[in-house]
Amino acid sequence: MAPPANRRSGFSRRAQYSTFLSYIAGAIGAVVGLGLVVISIANPGAFSGLRGAAADVTEPAAKATAAGRTVSKTVFSDIAGFFKFGSEHARLERELAEAKVRLVEADAIRAENRRLKQLLDLTRSDEGAVATARLTSSTSGSTRRYATLDAGRDKGLTKGMPIRSKLGLVGRILEVGASTSRVLLITDTESLVPVRRSTDGVPAFAQGNGDGTLRIRLINLGINPLKKGDVMVTSGSGGLYRPGTPMAILTEIVRDGAVARVLSNPSDTDYVMVEKVWTPKPPPPARENSETFAE
Amino acid sequence: MMGPRRSAATGPRINRAPSPLVALTLPWISIMLASLVPGWAMIASAPVLPPLGFLFFISWQQLRPGLLPIWAGLPLGLFDDLFSGQPFGSAVLLWSLSAIVLEVIETRLPWRNFVTEWLVAIGLIVAYIVLSLALVNIAGAAAPIHVIVPQIVISVLSYPLVGLIVAKIDRIRLTPLMVLK
Repeated sequence: MAPPANRRSGFSRRAQYSTFLSYIAGAIGAVVGLGLVVISIANPGAFSGLRGAAADVTEPAAKATAAGRTVSKTVFSDIAGFFKFGSEHARLERELAEAKVRLVEADAIRAENRRLKQLLDLTRSDEGAVATARLTSSTSGSTRRYATLDAGRDKGLTKGMPIRSKLGLVGRILEVGASTSRVLLITDTESLVPVRRSTDGVPAFAQGNGDGTLRIRLINLGINPLKKGDVMVTSGSGGLYRPGTPMAILTEIVRDGAVARVLSNPSDTDYVMVEKVWTPKPPPPARENSETFAE
Repeated sequence: MMGPRRSAATGPRINRAPSPLVALTLPWISIMLASLVPGWAMIASAPVLPPLGFLFFISWQQLRPGLLPIWAGLPLGLFDDLFSGQPFGSAVLLWSLSAIVLEVIETRLPWRNFVTEWLVAIGLIVAYIVLSLALVNIAGAAAPIHVIVPQIVISVLSYPLVGLIVAKIDRIRLTPLMVLK
C-alpha cells in the first residue's frame, strides 16, 4: 500500500512540531493509563460507580439482545428436538417413572426432616428470592469472569448476594448500580466457595480456573476420597452462600482434589434468582452434649 | 440511452462530497460499538471472544494511518475499560502504547503489503492479550496462561475479517452524501 502523501512533515517547522506534540499526547495517554491501572489495583472498587453508570446507560439495548439470545437458542433447540423426538420421548418416560419413585421418597424424607427439626426446635430461615433477573452481558473478551445483571438498587439488591439458577449456583453480586449490578461468576479465578460432597459432606473449596472449569481443593489432605461424577454442593460455612445449593460435578481427579464442571452453565440460564446473603445461626448455648447444628 | 450503471449505495457522485461529520465520527463510533456489543452476545464462562474493540482500533489505524490521532487510545480505551472487565485503565495504557508503536512502524515502513500488516497486527494482538492477562494477575487473579491460548488463536484468525468490516465501514464513511452548492 502506498503511504499517504500528506503525512510527511518535510522541512516545515510547524508540521514537525505538530508531529512531535502528537507523540507527546500519545505518551501522556499511556501515562494516564498506567496511573489508572495503579489506582484500580490499589483500590479495586475505585471505578465501580463509573462502571455501574455505564452499565445502567446501556441496559435497555443489552436487555433487548438478551431476549434475542434466548429466542435464537430456543429456535435451535426446537429444531434439534424435532429430529431427536422418538428416542428422547422414550428416555423421558423412563426417567419420569424413576423420578416419581424418587419424589415419593423425597416427600417421606422431607416429612421426617420436618419432624426431626421440630424435635430439635430449629426454625427454618426464610429463603425467598430477593429478585428474579436476567444476565444481560459478560466480559467475554477478558480473563476475568464478570456478568451484568439487569437488577440493581431498584430491586433491593446489595453487595454479596448469591445468584443461582434452577440448576445451581451462578455467582455473587460484586457491585450494585442503580438498575444493574455486576456479578462475579463462580468460574472466575478470584471466586472461592466453600463446598461439600452432596452424599457425605467431605469439605472442600471450589475455586474458578478461569477457563470454565472449577478446581476443587480438599480441606482434609491425605487420601483423596473424591470420585468422578460426585456432585459438590455449597456448605454455607462462613456464610454468604446458602448451604445445599448444587454447584459442580467432578470430571477429573487430581492429587489434592479434583477438576469439576459447573452444573449451571451461565450461558444456558435464562433467568436467575438473587438470594439473600446467608448468615449462619449462632451456635446454641452449650449443654452437656456440645454439638452444634448447622441447619 | 442509459448512463453508466451506479450502485444504489453510492448514488450520483458529481457535485457531491462525503459528510465531514460521518467521515470523522464513524471510526470512533465503530470502535466503541466493537468494545460494547460483543459482551451482549453470550454469557461466557471462559475468555472466548477476541478483544474486538482493540482489533477495530488497530485495523482503523492500519487502513487509514493518521485518521485517528495518537492520543485516541485515551478516550477509546476509557470507554473499553468501562465494559471489558479488565482492571480500569489497562485498555488506556495498552491502546496508547500500541498507537505509538503503530505510528512508528508507519513512519519506518511506509510501503507495506497485506502480509506485513497482518504480522504487525499479530504481534500487537498477542502482546495485548498477554499483557492484559499480566495486568489481571497483578490485580490479584491467578489465572493460568493456558486460559488465553484459544483467545489468541481466535483473535489472530479473525483479524482479516475485522479488516474487511473496517474497509466496508470506510466505504460508507466516504459515501458522497452532501450536495455541493
